[in-house]
Amino acid sequence: MRRLGIADIRAGLADGDFSAVELVEDRLAALEGAGALNAVVTPMPDRALEAARAADRRRAAGEPALPLDGVPVAVKDLFCTEGVRTTASSAMLEGFVPPYESTVTADLIAAGAALAAKTNLDEFAMGSSTVTSHFGPAVNPWKAKGDARPRAPGGSSGGSAALVAASVVPAALGTDTGGSIRQPAAFCGIVGLKPTYGRCSRWGIVAFASSLDQAGPMTRSVRDAAILLAAMAGHDPKDSTSAQQPVPDFEAALGGGVRGLRIGVPREYRVDGMPDALDALWQEGARWLKEAGAEIVDIPLPHTHYALPAYYIVAPAEASSNLARYDGVRYGLRASADAIEEQYARTRRAGFGAEVRRRVLIGTYVLSAGYYDAYYTKAQRVRRLIARDFEQAFETVDAVLTPTAPTAAFALGEKMDDPIAMYLNDVFTVPASLAGLPAVSLPAGLDADGLPLGLQLIGRPFDEETVLRAAEALEAAAGFDAEPEFVL
Amino acid sequence: MSAVIEGRDGVWEYAIGLEVHAQVASAAKLFSGAPTAFGAEPNAQVSLVDAAMPGMLPVINRVCVEQAVRTGLGFGGNIARYSVFDRKNYFYPDLPQGYQISQYSDPVVVGGTVEIPGRTVQITRLHLEQDAGKSIHDRDPDRTLIDLNRSGVALMEIVSEPDMRGPEEAAAFLTRLRALLRWLGTCDGNMQEGSLRCDANVSVRKPGAELGTRTEIKNLNSIRFLREAIEYEGRRQVEVIESGGKIRQETRLFDPDRGETRAMRTKEDAHDYRYFPDPDLLPLELDEAFIEDIRASMPELPEARRARFVEQLGLSDYDADLLTAERARADYFEAAAEGRDAKQAANWVAGELLGRLNKEGLDIEAAPIPAAGLGELIALVADGTLSGRMGREAFEAMWETGRPAAAIVEERGLKQISDTGALESLVDELLAREADKAAEYRAGRTKLLGFFVGQAMKATGGKANPKVVNELLRSKLEE
Amino acid sequence: MALDRATVERIAALARIEIADDEADALAAELGAILGWVETLNEVNTEDIAPMTSVGGHRLPWRGDKVDDGGYPDRILANAPDAAGAFFAVPRVVE
Ligand SMILES: [Mg+2]
Ligand SMILES: [Zn+2]
Repeated sequence: MRRLGIADIRAGLADGDFSAVELVEDRLAALEGAGALNAVVTPMPDRALEAARAADRRRAAGEPALPLDGVPVAVKDLFCTEGVRTTASSAMLEGFVPPYESTVTADLIAAGAALAAKTNLDEFAMGSSTVTSHFGPAVNPWKAKGDARPRAPGGSSGGSAALVAASVVPAALGTDTGGSIRQPAAFCGIVGLKPTYGRCSRWGIVAFASSLDQAGPMTRSVRDAAILLAAMAGHDPKDSTSAQQPVPDFEAALGGGVRGLRIGVPREYRVDGMPDALDALWQEGARWLKEAGAEIVDIPLPHTHYALPAYYIVAPAEASSNLARYDGVRYGLRASADAIEEQYARTRRAGFGAEVRRRVLIGTYVLSAGYYDAYYTKAQRVRRLIARDFEQAFETVDAVLTPTAPTAAFALGEKMDDPIAMYLNDVFTVPASLAGLPAVSLPAGLDADGLPLGLQLIGRPFDEETVLRAAEALEAAAGFDAEPEFVL
Repeated sequence: MSAVIEGRDGVWEYAIGLEVHAQVASAAKLFSGAPTAFGAEPNAQVSLVDAAMPGMLPVINRVCVEQAVRTGLGFGGNIARYSVFDRKNYFYPDLPQGYQISQYSDPVVVGGTVEIPGRTVQITRLHLEQDAGKSIHDRDPDRTLIDLNRSGVALMEIVSEPDMRGPEEAAAFLTRLRALLRWLGTCDGNMQEGSLRCDANVSVRKPGAELGTRTEIKNLNSIRFLREAIEYEGRRQVEVIESGGKIRQETRLFDPDRGETRAMRTKEDAHDYRYFPDPDLLPLELDEAFIEDIRASMPELPEARRARFVEQLGLSDYDADLLTAERARADYFEAAAEGRDAKQAANWVAGELLGRLNKEGLDIEAAPIPAAGLGELIALVADGTLSGRMGREAFEAMWETGRPAAAIVEERGLKQISDTGALESLVDELLAREADKAAEYRAGRTKLLGFFVGQAMKATGGKANPKVVNELLRSKLEE
Repeated sequence: MALDRATVERIAALARIEIADDEADALAAELGAILGWVETLNEVNTEDIAPMTSVGGHRLPWRGDKVDDGGYPDRILANAPDAAGAFFAVPRVVE
């Protein structure tokens, strides 16, 4: 049952090939065997089985099946889950048990999904490797040919990506602030979609950078991503930034093909030092789409080079304020001290890891008196220029094709010494984040070492349909069916 | 009303600006659905949003915005079509988010004025912001206790220019502003419960000189304390300057027991609030229709009503002021005066009614005599059915029993005898009985008239209409 | 942009994060390198470009003035590291 995707499970249950409980029990067993990936922070077997039983009961009673009946879904441990500890992979929140359920996970439960585990991530979603987790790094199920070293699954949604790649679960929830769904998807050879900002509710998701955070699906097929997105998307009156947009039938948008679509290829994404295999795959991707009937257009996105620095001002600034609530007063870690100021400083020192402290300090600095305009305001102006680049591009093209990440998965321990080298992982994903655009990463091939490489498609605001259609065409052409070393 | 401080080398004048925090009258909080009512059990009026649980998000309460706009229109401010909610970042145990959602660069109301006797005080701005929770320091020997019930309650911060020239002007400003807020129903103005709090920015200068360095006196929770604190702070500053010292720009606290202000201990970094637009919210954009609807629903403002009472109803400035000090008062007066003589009505409301309410320490809403009922009494006096004295007697009875004037008049036979026929025979008998005194009168001792009137009143148990008796006696004694 | 030790200490104090004496200099170098890198933004001409503070074109939505939340102190206090009755408790704050 391990290779079954959401669509297969839907069919299998309908045909009575297996029951939801059989499937979920099988996948829970796989989860138990997946310890080597260190991808799970908190398993939720009881929740999952309860959902599976309910799904079987519905079928027995002849009630109409729910869209995600019996589908095991892993949840990044950034989504608050009622009665189940939610840690953001931080010592700061160890033992915190939310008395509430995030809107997105509540929607999945309502759709019949069997939420099976809370997954490992970079602490507070700050990272591109899942190495900054308080619970230790998650491990990529892929290994390079002739190289036994464990590799990073990317991040910050690395635990979710690893479980889906290893076939432990058919689908997982991630969140993406600067690439945290798409980059791990590329590193692990799966599909990861960051919806348009405002498409999915942020209510109940531990905040990193409010103007960028967005939840999205991580699956093994474009169709499954469409099915999961349909269950996650929709307006939430509890989130002022949630868009009042009708939710289309994403799955129905598939199969349309790309004939007549204009696909932009931005020259600025061809950075020096880009691996040949990646450059070649990118060009091949363009060729595949062309053969499928799309028109390939060379486009400028002139400010691309400035997206990453702008992001590393905006995101830390928002984070420095969003993380101020972790003060040891109402929940989470409290370091003992006999004066409140002492308690704050010790709690936040002990509760936050090095990367989180680094970003909180940077964010505090760029907002502080005398530096606000030079850094924060400047970055927000550049952010508008980046958004404008895309607006202009979308006057002539329907979607933009780029690589997802500049490299394949690196070995654990690499890039750890130099923060900026780590930040560069997101060079291709951050621009769409700053502009709030929908973007998907899908596995398009392997490099010389047999490690997966991903391509990214970026679309117009709230046009996930076109993004998914084009991704499906690429998926078909790429025919990516390689499997990682570690599968369950 | 402007006051000066007598220094060693000449007089100094005050420059006072106020920062008023007024709790918006609303059922729910500014960004959550939790209630705002005063005096609940600790943390019983707290939502997950107010406690800043991870992943919680603010959604603004429309009525709080309306109240801010209504208040702005009330003091003639400009309503911003575009305003922004910023985060003011600082750490305090009763500030759950680690920031206060406030408005910094683009407030919802800009400008406006409040009239006080002898001066027009400029309003700088009004902005909406969240209140913090409550820290209780005196309940536990070694811990501070935190109650978040107030956390997230909507406040209007109203800031004035440093236009006030003394403690009395500051008090007058706060009194007028409070009355306006209550008049508009945008804040209950209750200073004891903290729904109205005041900070005072105080500086002194030689008349006509540049503004001096100001100190900010925080949390003045009564108009008396406001007066006393400013009084003290002005003198303190003059003494410091005249003895060669400098005023430090600092925050001070008023100690009511000592009648002194003292500098607050604040950390050096405490003032880098790192304001930036709250990314959980969007800019607040108000369209004309929204603002016009509120404008259309505005009650007649105190100034306008005061003027109308003087110009159209002919009331004295004093009565007009008194009767427009509170909207309920003005409403009561107009209801009582409906179809009556306005001046008489004003005398009854401003005199008898307010006097009695004062004595009993009651609000006019609690008066046992309804406005219409007082109106009937006023009519009975006006048409001579009751003498002034009878009117007051009836008023007392109405207050005690709550029964209508007509009924009281019946029960107590409080009817003045104005019928000439009845009185004439009474006067004739009297003159016959007191023939010699009548003769003395006719001989020129006209001051005996008082005696005859007294006798007549006595004979009727005070019910005779003295005016009629007078006329009858005169005509008979002088025929 | 070189960051000095004093600045790092000021920022850490603002952020309420304790830093050890022996790490301040390293931190200064590290943060300085990041700030130096982000300053490449100064190459971009942003004259009369309005800062982009929010994504999405819709208006700020609002709720009615309805009381539909609160009333569960137990849930509010459930995760409290220290509480006294229905209050959160912290080390005594001297005003
Ligand atoms: Mg203030
Ligand atoms: Zn304020």
